[in-house]
Amino acid sequence: MEQAEISRKVQARFGERIVSAGSFAGQHWVIVRPADLVEVLHFLRDDPELDMNLLTDVGGVDYQGFPDEPDWRFEIAYQLQSLKQNYRFRVKCAVTDDTVRVPSVWQSWRTANWMEREIFDQFGIGFDGHPNLRRILNHDDFEGHPLRKDYPINKRQKLARPAEHLLTDDPEWA
Amino acid sequence: MGLESRLESPFLTTTVDAVINWGRKYSLWPMPFGTACCAIEFMGVVSNRYDVSRFGAELVRFSPRQADLLLVMGTITQKMAPVLKQIYDQMPDPKWVVSMGACASSGGFYDNYSVVQGIDELIPVDVYVAGCPPRPENVIGAIVKIQEKISREKAADWR
Ligand code: SF4
Repeated sequence: MEQAEISRKVQARFGERIVSAGSFAGQHWVIVRPADLVEVLHFLRDDPELDMNLLTDVGGVDYQGFPDEPDWRFEIAYQLQSLKQNYRFRVKCAVTDDTVRVPSVWQSWRTANWMEREIFDQFGIGFDGHPNLRRILNHDDFEGHPLRKDYPINKRQKLARPAEHLLTDDPEWA
Repeated sequence: MGLESRLESPFLTTTVDAVINWGRKYSLWPMPFGTACCAIEFMGVVSNRYDVSRFGAELVRFSPRQADLLLVMGTITQKMAPVLKQIYDQMPDPKWVVSMGACASSGGFYDNYSVVQGIDELIPVDVYVAGCPPRPENVIGAIVKIQEKISREKAADWR
Protein backbone atom coordinates (compact mmCIF):
# COMPACT_ATOMS: atom_id res chain seq x y z
CA MET A 1 0.00 0.00 0.00
CA GLU A 2 1.24 3.48 -0.83
CA GLN A 3 1.80 5.81 2.10
CA ALA A 4 -0.69 8.25 0.52
CA GLU A 5 -3.32 5.56 0.68
CA ILE A 6 -2.57 4.83 4.34
CA SER A 7 -2.89 8.54 5.02
CA ARG A 8 -6.26 8.67 3.24
CA LYS A 9 -7.45 5.65 5.16
CA VAL A 10 -6.53 7.16 8.53
CA GLN A 11 -8.14 10.48 7.60
CA ALA A 12 -11.34 8.73 6.46
CA ARG A 13 -11.52 6.85 9.74
CA PHE A 14 -10.81 9.77 12.09
CA GLY A 15 -12.09 12.77 10.09
CA GLU A 16 -12.04 15.97 12.14
CA ARG A 17 -9.83 14.43 14.80
CA ILE A 18 -6.85 14.56 12.45
CA VAL A 19 -5.35 18.04 12.91
CA SER A 20 -3.62 17.97 9.54
CA ALA A 21 -1.98 15.64 7.05
CA GLY A 22 1.08 16.28 4.93
CA SER A 23 3.82 14.74 2.87
CA PHE A 24 7.39 15.38 1.84
CA ALA A 25 9.58 13.36 -0.54
CA GLY A 26 6.99 10.60 -0.75
CA GLN A 27 6.67 10.26 3.01
CA HIS A 28 3.25 10.95 4.46
CA TRP A 29 2.11 11.74 7.97
CA VAL A 30 -0.86 12.83 10.00
CA ILE A 31 -0.83 15.13 13.00
CA VAL A 32 -3.08 14.34 15.95
CA ARG A 33 -3.75 15.71 19.42
CA PRO A 34 -2.54 13.83 22.50
CA ALA A 35 -6.11 12.78 23.34
CA ASP A 36 -6.47 10.91 20.03
CA LEU A 37 -2.93 9.57 19.81
CA VAL A 38 -3.40 6.10 21.25
CA GLU A 39 -6.53 5.45 19.25
CA VAL A 40 -4.89 6.43 15.96
CA LEU A 41 -1.79 4.37 16.66
CA HIS A 42 -3.87 1.36 17.65
CA PHE A 43 -5.95 1.69 14.50
CA LEU A 44 -2.76 1.53 12.44
CA ARG A 45 -1.60 -1.48 14.39
CA ASP A 46 -4.85 -3.43 14.56
CA ASP A 47 -6.36 -2.86 11.12
CA PRO A 48 -5.60 -6.15 9.34
CA GLU A 49 -4.63 -4.38 6.13
CA LEU A 50 -2.29 -1.90 7.81
CA ASP A 51 -0.83 -4.20 10.46
CA MET A 52 1.83 -1.75 11.71
CA ASN A 53 3.28 -4.03 14.32
CA LEU A 54 6.65 -2.32 14.80
CA LEU A 55 7.33 1.06 16.36
CA THR A 56 10.78 1.80 14.96
CA ASP A 57 11.35 5.19 16.55
CA VAL A 58 9.83 7.95 18.60
CA GLY A 59 11.41 11.38 18.31
CA GLY A 60 10.77 14.88 19.55
CA VAL A 61 10.93 18.28 17.84
CA ASP A 62 10.91 21.74 19.36
CA TYR A 63 9.44 24.29 16.92
CA GLN A 64 10.18 27.38 18.98
CA GLY A 65 11.46 30.11 16.66
CA PHE A 66 10.88 27.96 13.58
CA PRO A 67 10.05 30.11 10.50
CA ASP A 68 6.67 28.39 10.02
CA GLU A 69 6.02 28.02 13.71
CA PRO A 70 2.88 25.91 14.18
CA ASP A 71 0.27 26.60 16.87
CA TRP A 72 1.96 24.07 19.13
CA ARG A 73 5.50 24.13 20.43
CA PHE A 74 6.52 20.46 20.36
CA GLU A 75 5.85 17.53 18.12
CA ILE A 76 6.44 13.90 18.91
CA ALA A 77 6.86 11.71 15.83
CA TYR A 78 6.00 8.02 15.94
CA GLN A 79 7.52 5.98 13.11
CA LEU A 80 5.50 2.85 12.46
CA GLN A 81 6.35 -0.06 10.23
CA SER A 82 4.52 -3.16 9.09
CA LEU A 83 7.00 -6.00 9.01
CA LYS A 84 4.67 -8.26 7.05
CA GLN A 85 3.64 -5.76 4.38
CA ASN A 86 6.84 -3.75 4.50
CA TYR A 87 5.54 -0.23 4.58
CA ARG A 88 5.93 2.64 6.94
CA PHE A 89 3.88 5.54 8.21
CA ARG A 90 4.45 8.47 10.55
CA VAL A 91 2.07 9.85 13.14
CA LYS A 92 2.94 13.14 14.81
CA CYS A 93 1.48 14.31 18.06
CA ALA A 94 1.05 18.07 18.54
CA VAL A 95 2.06 19.13 22.07
CA THR A 96 1.12 22.73 22.91
CA ASP A 97 3.68 23.19 25.69
CA ASP A 98 5.46 21.26 28.40
CA THR A 99 2.47 21.26 30.73
CA VAL A 100 0.69 18.86 28.36
CA ARG A 101 1.12 15.20 29.16
CA VAL A 102 1.13 12.65 26.38
CA PRO A 103 -0.18 9.12 26.88
CA SER A 104 2.56 6.52 26.95
CA VAL A 105 2.32 3.69 24.42
CA TRP A 106 4.86 1.41 26.07
CA GLN A 107 2.23 -1.21 26.74
CA SER A 108 1.45 -1.49 23.03
CA TRP A 109 5.06 -1.37 21.85
CA ARG A 110 7.73 -2.13 24.45
CA THR A 111 10.25 -0.18 22.36
CA ALA A 112 8.44 3.00 23.40
CA ASN A 113 9.71 2.68 26.96
CA TRP A 114 13.24 3.98 26.46
CA MET A 115 12.34 6.30 23.57
CA GLU A 116 9.76 8.09 25.69
CA ARG A 117 12.35 8.39 28.44
CA GLU A 118 14.71 9.99 25.94
CA ILE A 119 12.08 12.57 24.94
CA PHE A 120 11.37 13.26 28.60
CA ASP A 121 15.10 13.71 29.21
CA GLN A 122 15.86 15.90 26.20
CA PHE A 123 12.62 17.89 25.87
CA GLY A 124 10.96 17.64 29.28
CA ILE A 125 7.68 16.27 27.98
CA GLY A 126 5.87 13.97 30.40
CA PHE A 127 4.25 10.67 29.46
CA ASP A 128 1.21 9.44 31.35
CA GLY A 129 1.32 5.80 32.35
CA HIS A 130 5.04 5.38 31.78
CA PRO A 131 6.46 2.86 34.28
CA ASN A 132 9.83 4.52 34.84
CA LEU A 133 9.98 8.11 33.61
CA ARG A 134 13.58 8.99 34.51
CA ARG A 135 16.40 10.56 32.53
CA ILE A 136 18.11 8.07 30.27
CA LEU A 137 20.95 9.84 28.42
CA ASN A 138 21.89 12.72 30.71
CA HIS A 139 23.00 12.13 34.26
CA ASP A 140 20.63 12.40 37.19
CA ASP A 141 21.81 15.83 38.40
CA PHE A 142 21.42 17.41 34.96
CA GLU A 143 19.34 20.60 35.02
CA GLY A 144 17.08 21.51 32.12
CA HIS A 145 16.35 19.79 28.84
CA PRO A 146 19.16 20.28 26.33
CA LEU A 147 17.36 19.73 23.01
CA ARG A 148 14.92 22.54 23.67
CA LYS A 149 15.56 25.58 21.52
CA ASP A 150 15.69 27.83 24.58
CA TYR A 151 18.40 25.76 26.28
CA PRO A 152 21.44 28.09 26.38
CA ILE A 153 24.02 26.66 24.00
CA ASN A 154 26.92 27.52 26.29
CA LYS A 155 25.32 26.28 29.47
CA ARG A 156 27.58 23.89 31.36
CA GLN A 157 26.35 21.42 33.94
CA LYS A 158 28.06 20.26 37.06
CA LEU A 159 29.74 16.92 36.52
CA ALA A 160 27.98 13.67 37.20
CA ARG A 161 28.26 12.08 40.60
CA PRO A 162 30.07 8.75 40.76
CA ALA A 163 27.75 5.76 40.79
CA GLU A 164 26.90 4.42 44.23
CA HIS A 165 29.15 1.38 43.95
CA LEU A 166 32.12 3.68 43.25
CA LEU A 167 31.57 5.52 46.54
CA THR A 168 31.77 2.47 48.75
CA ASP A 169 34.46 2.03 51.41
CA ASP A 170 34.76 -1.61 50.49
CA PRO A 171 38.49 -2.11 49.79
CA GLU A 172 37.56 -4.38 46.90
CA TRP A 173 36.29 -1.28 45.09
CA ALA A 174 37.99 1.70 46.66
CA MET B 1 74.91 -10.98 24.85
CA GLY B 2 78.64 -10.96 24.57
CA LEU B 3 78.55 -7.31 25.52
CA GLU B 4 80.24 -7.90 28.88
CA SER B 5 83.33 -9.29 27.18
CA ARG B 6 83.94 -5.89 25.66
CA LEU B 7 83.73 -4.12 29.03
CA GLU B 8 86.83 -4.09 31.12
CA SER B 9 84.94 -4.55 34.35
CA PRO B 10 81.61 -6.29 35.04
CA PHE B 11 80.43 -3.22 37.05
CA LEU B 12 79.09 0.21 36.11
CA THR B 13 78.76 3.26 38.29
CA THR B 14 75.55 5.22 37.93
CA THR B 15 72.84 6.82 40.06
CA VAL B 16 69.79 5.16 41.51
CA ASP B 17 67.54 7.64 39.71
CA ALA B 18 69.12 6.86 36.38
CA VAL B 19 68.60 3.13 36.79
CA ILE B 20 65.02 3.45 38.04
CA ASN B 21 64.06 5.94 35.35
CA TRP B 22 65.70 3.81 32.70
CA GLY B 23 63.59 0.87 33.84
CA ARG B 24 60.41 2.90 34.06
CA LYS B 25 60.60 4.61 30.74
CA TYR B 26 61.13 1.46 28.70
CA SER B 27 58.45 -0.57 30.43
CA LEU B 28 55.39 1.67 30.40
CA TRP B 29 52.24 -0.39 30.78
CA PRO B 30 49.39 1.53 29.16
CA MET B 31 45.81 1.44 30.32
CA PRO B 32 43.75 2.29 27.23
CA PHE B 33 40.73 4.36 28.17
CA GLY B 34 39.23 4.34 24.67
CA THR B 35 35.80 5.90 24.37
CA ALA B 36 35.59 6.93 20.71
CA CYS B 37 37.26 6.97 17.29
CA CYS B 38 40.73 7.86 18.65
CA ALA B 39 40.87 4.40 20.24
CA ILE B 40 40.70 2.92 16.72
CA GLU B 41 43.85 4.82 15.87
CA PHE B 42 45.48 3.37 18.97
CA MET B 43 44.96 -0.08 17.47
CA GLY B 44 47.25 1.09 14.70
CA VAL B 45 49.77 2.26 17.29
CA VAL B 46 50.03 -1.16 18.91
CA SER B 47 49.88 -3.29 15.79
CA ASN B 48 52.82 -4.31 13.67
CA ARG B 49 53.10 -1.38 11.29
CA TYR B 50 53.75 1.28 13.94
CA ASP B 51 54.55 -1.20 16.69
CA VAL B 52 54.78 0.68 19.95
CA SER B 53 56.72 -2.23 21.47
CA ARG B 54 59.79 -0.68 19.86
CA PHE B 55 59.36 1.88 22.65
CA GLY B 56 58.60 -0.63 25.35
CA ALA B 57 54.97 0.37 25.83
CA GLU B 58 53.14 -2.50 24.18
CA LEU B 59 51.93 -4.34 27.26
CA VAL B 60 48.37 -3.03 27.28
CA ARG B 61 46.65 -3.67 30.59
CA PHE B 62 42.91 -3.57 31.00
CA SER B 63 43.18 -3.21 34.75
CA PRO B 64 44.24 0.21 36.03
CA ARG B 65 45.94 -1.51 38.97
CA GLN B 66 48.50 -3.01 36.64
CA ALA B 67 49.11 0.09 34.54
CA ASP B 68 51.22 3.21 34.88
CA LEU B 69 50.32 5.07 31.69
CA LEU B 70 46.73 6.20 31.25
CA LEU B 71 45.87 6.82 27.60
CA VAL B 72 42.62 8.74 27.35
CA MET B 73 41.49 8.31 23.77
CA GLY B 74 38.15 9.74 22.81
CA THR B 75 35.21 11.86 23.83
CA ILE B 76 34.58 11.94 27.58
CA THR B 77 30.97 12.65 28.38
CA GLN B 78 29.90 14.10 31.69
CA LYS B 79 28.33 10.78 32.51
CA MET B 80 31.67 9.06 31.92
CA ALA B 81 33.64 11.59 33.97
CA PRO B 82 33.38 9.87 37.37
CA VAL B 83 34.47 6.60 35.79
CA LEU B 84 37.61 8.19 34.31
CA LYS B 85 38.41 9.77 37.66
CA GLN B 86 37.97 6.45 39.39
CA ILE B 87 40.23 4.64 36.90
CA TYR B 88 42.92 7.28 37.41
CA ASP B 89 42.65 7.01 41.20
CA GLN B 90 42.96 3.24 41.01
CA MET B 91 46.29 3.38 39.20
CA PRO B 92 49.26 2.99 41.53
CA ASP B 93 52.02 5.62 41.56
CA PRO B 94 54.08 6.39 39.58
CA LYS B 95 51.63 7.15 36.80
CA TRP B 96 51.40 9.37 33.74
CA VAL B 97 48.52 10.51 31.57
CA VAL B 98 48.32 11.13 27.82
CA SER B 99 45.31 12.99 26.50
CA MET B 100 44.93 11.80 22.92
CA GLY B 101 43.01 13.84 20.38
CA ALA B 102 40.94 16.99 20.29
CA CYS B 103 38.04 15.49 22.25
CA ALA B 104 39.97 14.34 25.29
CA SER B 105 42.10 17.49 25.32
CA SER B 106 39.41 20.13 24.87
CA GLY B 107 36.06 18.55 24.09
CA GLY B 108 36.88 18.95 20.39
CA PHE B 109 33.97 19.97 18.23
CA TYR B 110 31.62 18.62 20.88
CA ASP B 111 31.25 22.05 22.39
CA ASN B 112 27.92 21.03 23.84
CA TYR B 113 25.89 20.16 26.89
CA SER B 114 27.06 16.61 27.44
CA VAL B 115 30.83 16.52 26.87
CA VAL B 116 33.63 17.36 29.31
CA GLN B 117 35.60 20.25 27.81
CA GLY B 118 39.00 18.64 28.34
CA ILE B 119 39.92 15.89 30.77
CA ASP B 120 42.21 18.26 32.66
CA GLU B 121 39.01 19.35 34.40
CA LEU B 122 39.18 15.96 36.10
CA ILE B 123 42.70 14.58 36.24
CA PRO B 124 46.24 15.91 35.66
CA VAL B 125 47.55 15.46 32.13
CA ASP B 126 51.24 15.07 31.19
CA VAL B 127 51.09 15.19 27.38
CA TYR B 128 48.39 16.39 25.03
CA VAL B 129 48.29 14.99 21.50
CA ALA B 130 46.77 17.16 18.79
CA GLY B 131 44.69 15.71 16.00
CA CYS B 132 41.31 14.31 15.18
CA PRO B 133 42.39 11.59 15.34
CA PRO B 134 46.15 11.98 15.83
CA ARG B 135 48.28 9.82 13.57
CA PRO B 136 50.03 6.85 15.20
CA GLU B 137 53.40 8.62 14.87
CA ASN B 138 51.92 11.40 16.97
CA VAL B 139 50.94 9.00 19.72
CA ILE B 140 54.38 7.43 19.67
CA GLY B 141 55.71 10.98 19.88
CA ALA B 142 53.68 11.45 23.04
CA ILE B 143 55.09 8.27 24.54
CA VAL B 144 58.60 9.49 23.77
CA LYS B 145 57.72 12.79 25.46
CA ILE B 146 56.59 10.85 28.52
CA GLN B 147 59.89 8.95 28.45
CA GLU B 148 61.78 12.23 28.36
CA LYS B 149 59.76 13.45 31.28
CA ILE B 150 60.46 10.25 33.21
CA SER B 151 64.20 10.59 32.69
CA ARG B 152 64.10 14.01 34.35
CA GLU B 153 62.24 12.71 37.40
CA LYS B 154 63.60 11.75 40.80
CA ALA B 155 62.55 8.42 42.27
CA ALA B 156 61.93 10.18 45.58
CA ASP B 157 59.32 12.44 43.96
CA TRP B 158 56.88 9.57 43.89
CA ARG B 159 55.34 8.03 46.94
S1 SF4 C 1 39.41 13.75 18.53
FE1 SF4 C 1 38.36 13.18 16.63
S2 SF4 C 1 38.99 11.07 16.24
FE2 SF4 C 1 39.42 11.51 18.40
S3 SF4 C 1 37.62 10.85 19.55
FE3 SF4 C 1 37.34 13.01 19.07
S4 SF4 C 1 36.18 13.01 17.15
FE4 SF4 C 1 37.06 10.97 17.40
